[in-house]
Amino acid sequence: MSTLRPTTTHWRVWLARPLEWLGPTPLSRRKALWGLALIAPNTLGLFFFFGIPVLMAFSTSLQEWNAIRPARFIGLDNFERLIQDDRFAQALTNTFKLIGLAVPLEVGLALGVAVLLNLPLRGRNLLRTAYFLPVVTSTVAASVVWTSIFQPRYGILSQILKPLGLGDTNWLVDPGLVLIPVAVVTIWQRLGFDMVIFLAGLQAIPAELYEAARIDGAGRWGRFRHVTLPMLSPTTFLVVVLAIINGFQIFDQVYVMTLRTVPGGVGGSATTLAYYLYRRAFTNSEFGYASAIALVLFTLILLVTVFQLAIQRYWVYYEAESQS
Amino acid sequence: MKGLLLKRRKTGPRDLTVPIQLFSYMVLLAGAIVMVLPFLWMASTACKPPVELNKLPVRFLPDNPVCRQNLDTLYNTSPHFNRYLLNSAIVTIGRTLGQLVTCSLAAYGFARFRFPGHNLIFALCLALLMVPFQAILIPEYMLIRKLGWLNSFKALIVPGMFSAFALFLLRQAFLQIPLEIEEAAIIDGANPLRVLWHVTLPLSVPALAAFAVITVQAAWNDFLYPLVVSSTPNTRVVTIGIALLQGERHTPYNLLMMGSFLATVPMLILFLAMQRYFIAGIAMGGVKR
Repeated sequence: MSTLRPTTTHWRVWLARPLEWLGPTPLSRRKALWGLALIAPNTLGLFFFFGIPVLMAFSTSLQEWNAIRPARFIGLDNFERLIQDDRFAQALTNTFKLIGLAVPLEVGLALGVAVLLNLPLRGRNLLRTAYFLPVVTSTVAASVVWTSIFQPRYGILSQILKPLGLGDTNWLVDPGLVLIPVAVVTIWQRLGFDMVIFLAGLQAIPAELYEAARIDGAGRWGRFRHVTLPMLSPTTFLVVVLAIINGFQIFDQVYVMTLRTVPGGVGGSATTLAYYLYRRAFTNSEFGYASAIALVLFTLILLVTVFQLAIQRYWVYYEAESQS
Repeated sequence: MKGLLLKRRKTGPRDLTVPIQLFSYMVLLAGAIVMVLPFLWMASTACKPPVELNKLPVRFLPDNPVCRQNLDTLYNTSPHFNRYLLNSAIVTIGRTLGQLVTCSLAAYGFARFRFPGHNLIFALCLALLMVPFQAILIPEYMLIRKLGWLNSFKALIVPGMFSAFALFLLRQAFLQIPLEIEEAAIIDGANPLRVLWHVTLPLSVPALAAFAVITVQAAWNDFLYPLVVSSTPNTRVVTIGIALLQGERHTPYNLLMMGSFLATVPMLILFLAMQRYFIAGIAMGGVKR
């Protein structure tokens, strides 16, 4: 208590005192109140619709929760069941296979396209537009179109592959092939997205570096190999990480492309983690078990994100050093 | 030599050797054809009469285009299809306007005000960015069910009115506006809301546009969430409508393509009109939600 304060306390001071934690001066308190008021709608909405479900996700995974009986706590039983569930193992394998199939192709193609579209070519804006169009399309519509392209005999692909004797290949039914069409839609839709990030990365490379390399006598390939690629490695890393995270979440393609034949693929051959969790929850009403699958999916993505954040710190240093 | 170095090199098509140009064009064109072909196939199939769907060799263009007729048949097969398109529009507009309001307020609050818990709350919001939607799909569904919101527009719109991603994006944009410009308005006696409305937002139009087009695109194309929380025609969105058509095994491909075409065209037009902002939004965020 400061001795300068008046001995008789006005009621306003009493009202002001509970607010003192907001800041030392009336002005700072007013500003703090404004700040809290401004962030309130979004923060409360996020907390209610996303924060609470995050917390609930952990508790439901420890419960048996289905349409028949009321929810009850069963500890780690859901996770024990997961370990023995062959179809979960299959979904996990399929997801990794899809990532292995789609990510390298998607990133590699996007890098190539971005490097070429970064050259001063006439009409490159039009070409960039063409590559980006699939990104704005809905995955559902895209999957419908690609289902038709991949249909046996009457699809465009069958027409093209007919001379090779593959005209009757049933891409979406054959368990050994079904992941290919799913990967193709993914690559087709993600390529433009990756390309844009690569282009931003390419344009951030200082022109002086190329100039210096040129003076040192580096040719086109040398400049690509020793300037572009190393300078682009943080971008490449980011694109790969985002592509992997996206790969873990593949759902729409599987849902739509296998809907006309056997949902989830013959014998579960197209079932991904996200699709499996959806089926367990919303077809079988096993909400507790599906929550355990969701938690596995979350953990996998979190591992990738944490890995990225850890490595990114290293990249930032790397860039700062190379620029000094 | 010195003069040569100081001269800024102008790069243009002439800078590239002819073989390199030729190679680049060939590769890029081949790729572009693969990227665009599905759209052409969609449009062409949407206008094929049923007999031409199963004709060999495959027709790239319909012999007898019947666009109008297929459109009518689509509305006979799926009588509520227009309703689905309208529902998608309502959901998209609701979510985008909602995010514009809540997220620009919050972004401004975080960018310009200090208050207890500032950093902690912001960090928690950013942490939500790391949570994939599928991980919280089930609790989200339970929450909506508990609120009694299943099959309502509230379920489709309200949770989508809040975003950690937009908060992050807009805060970055607001931080780039020089403080002096806002201070001039504050000295004139404007309260924070007026400053935001009259100074900050007008200066952030490119960022707002970039955020808006990305949000519109994501909302229009959303599938998994509406699939879970809405199952009646009244609130069904167009992506679900198409999936339902696809699910009926006897729906011929021309109708499916017509439906997909109707659902795709609004986004293609939006993209072609606002391409710059789409690209800026993705390059800014590097993340799609």
